[in-house]
Amino acid sequence: MTALKLENVNKSFGPVHVLKDINLTVEEGEFVVFVGPSGCGKSTLLRVIAGLEDASSGTVQIGDDIVNDVPPAKRGIAMVFQSYALYPHLTVKGNMGLGLKQEGQPKSVIEERVDKASKMLDLDDYLTRRPAELSGGQRQRVAIGRAIVRDPKLFLFDEPLSNLDAALRMNTRVEIAALHRTLSASMIYVTHDQIEAMTLADKIVVLRDGRIEQIGSPMELYNNPANRFVAGFLGSPSMNFLVRSVPGVAPGQTIGIRPEYLGLRADGQIAGQVTHVERLGGDTNLLVRTEQGETLTVRLFGQNDTQVGADVRLGFDPQMAFYFDETDHRVLPKAA
Amino acid sequence: MSTLRKPAGTTIAAHAILITYTLIALFPVFVILINSFKTRRAIFREPLALPNADSFSLIGYQTVFNQGDFFLYFQNSMIVTVVSLTLILLFGAMAAFALAEYGFRGNTLMGLYLALGIMIPIRIGTVAILEMMVSTGLVNTLTALILVYTAQGLPLAVFILSEFMRGVSDDLKNAGRIDGLSEYQIFFRLVLPLVRPAMATVAVFNMIPIWNDLWFPLILAPAEEVKTLTLGSQVFIGQFVTDWNAVLSALSMAILPVMILYVIFSRQLIRGITSGAVK
Ligand SMILES: Nc1ncnc2c1ncn2[C@@H]1O[C@H](COP(=O)(O)OP(=O)(O)OP(=O)(O)O)[C@@H](O)[C@H]1O
Ligand SMILES: [Mg+2]
Repeated sequence: MTALKLENVNKSFGPVHVLKDINLTVEEGEFVVFVGPSGCGKSTLLRVIAGLEDASSGTVQIGDDIVNDVPPAKRGIAMVFQSYALYPHLTVKGNMGLGLKQEGQPKSVIEERVDKASKMLDLDDYLTRRPAELSGGQRQRVAIGRAIVRDPKLFLFDEPLSNLDAALRMNTRVEIAALHRTLSASMIYVTHDQIEAMTLADKIVVLRDGRIEQIGSPMELYNNPANRFVAGFLGSPSMNFLVRSVPGVAPGQTIGIRPEYLGLRADGQIAGQVTHVERLGGDTNLLVRTEQGETLTVRLFGQNDTQVGADVRLGFDPQMAFYFDETDHRVLPKAA
Repeated sequence: MSTLRKPAGTTIAAHAILITYTLIALFPVFVILINSFKTRRAIFREPLALPNADSFSLIGYQTVFNQGDFFLYFQNSMIVTVVSLTLILLFGAMAAFALAEYGFRGNTLMGLYLALGIMIPIRIGTVAILEMMVSTGLVNTLTALILVYTAQGLPLAVFILSEFMRGVSDDLKNAGRIDGLSEYQIFFRLVLPLVRPAMATVAVFNMIPIWNDLWFPLILAPAEEVKTLTLGSQVFIGQFVTDWNAVLSALSMAILPVMILYVIFSRQLIRGITSGAVK
């Protein structure tokens, strides 16, 4: 069964066309991540699904029902916001229980579900506190708890971790993954952190300028990007795109090589000079300026004592290179 | 609030300026208060002296209580002020919410139209207002005053409150919508509590002019049973003789309720004024 189905969804704010012909299916229990640069319409798409904005055209189907005219509270969804959006005057318990109270659920049911969610999220000690008396991480857990309590068919997360520090972000990421396993609910998750996207997603949706560029599992997108945008967007450091430096690339084509597939080799095809070195302990990143004047990144595993200014030759396995035409679409290599 | 470490000299200077200003501002109030407890002769001989055994007298207060129905005036003023403030805050906040939250056609125009009232004094329309009140039979009722004051206060209220309401996080309102709150519940339960400081600011700005107004009571409601306190006190000010004891006593008592309301609002007020700066 499908949890969500979008058909030809468009959204305009006055003259601004923000979402363009979005078609997407989310299967039950799937974890789908929307990624894309800032302003590409991720939040808007999420808000259309939630019913906080009306689609200008197209249909939104949640479960078996077309919900275009159904108010947010009745769509069977729950949303977690980047800014937490907790009710400042209610306690943690009040925050989590409000949705059920509005539905008219009996007190015992509310108690029971709040209790269950707070156990799951380790919030038992904070139930009587107000949001102002909690740390950022605790607030985010309350916001997630508020979503769980409603027992929705579909969870919507809008960059839930972007206000947390790095360590906490990692912990919460793991918690969300665990939550997805326990609840086996369908989730849609917006982020522009690609580590979150790669680690959490069953399916990644890459958006650009309000259009879906590609949909696929993380490894599919990594190994088989449909175009230059997707290739450059996923992977960190991002893919090198070279026009001149590699011999044998046809005019008009661009070759893309991921930094991890480049290596220092005496017989390498690319010659250049190291301009900067980043030593991360586990990895070493070299910035190399080629003789043809292009800059590329090389990711070496482990530690490496190459110095800035060194002349190097770089090689790669041709199997691991991607080729793009003038319109940035993926193509097979053309002989020069 | 965190305490910022500042050079001692700056702190002292700041305090000196603030204390001086406080003294200057409170001085007239102080003079009114002490003189209201003195005999007429003492008021004129030494206006700045404190009342002593010789000059102490409650004659002013006695006059006020014996002449005219002081409590009725007091009650009228109170009703007019409290009801007007309530209506200004309620309707002002509702209009402000609509302007801030919903992008309907003509939103900007409506906002400008409502703000126009800030620049045009309502007294220009006195004659028209009087005619309207006569034809609707509202002359000499408190309703007339309440309507006029509400109209007078709304423009500024809408203007200030809509600015504040734009600042309330969209996510919070959307979270409420997803949890099934109606737009009214979002307004009353989520937004209003968050703009309370702004509401207090609006309340204080409106309260004092309404309480002190002489113009509209004199024109719209001069009858004995609907007189306000300010108008009622005028009986002691004659063209040739003024009963200063009574005037000062009436004024002293008129200050009290305003002070009480002010104390209620002031904590919120300070938060409202500084909310942009301290966050
Ligand atoms: N209410 C609105 N009125 C007009 N334009 C809007 C409105 N909301 C969003 N937009 C526009 O729609 C586009 C997409 O916005 P959206 O918030 O969906 O981006 P996003 O992908 O979530 O970006 P970010 O990663 O920065 O959160 C932006 O160009 C924005 O200016
Ligand atoms: Mg966004």
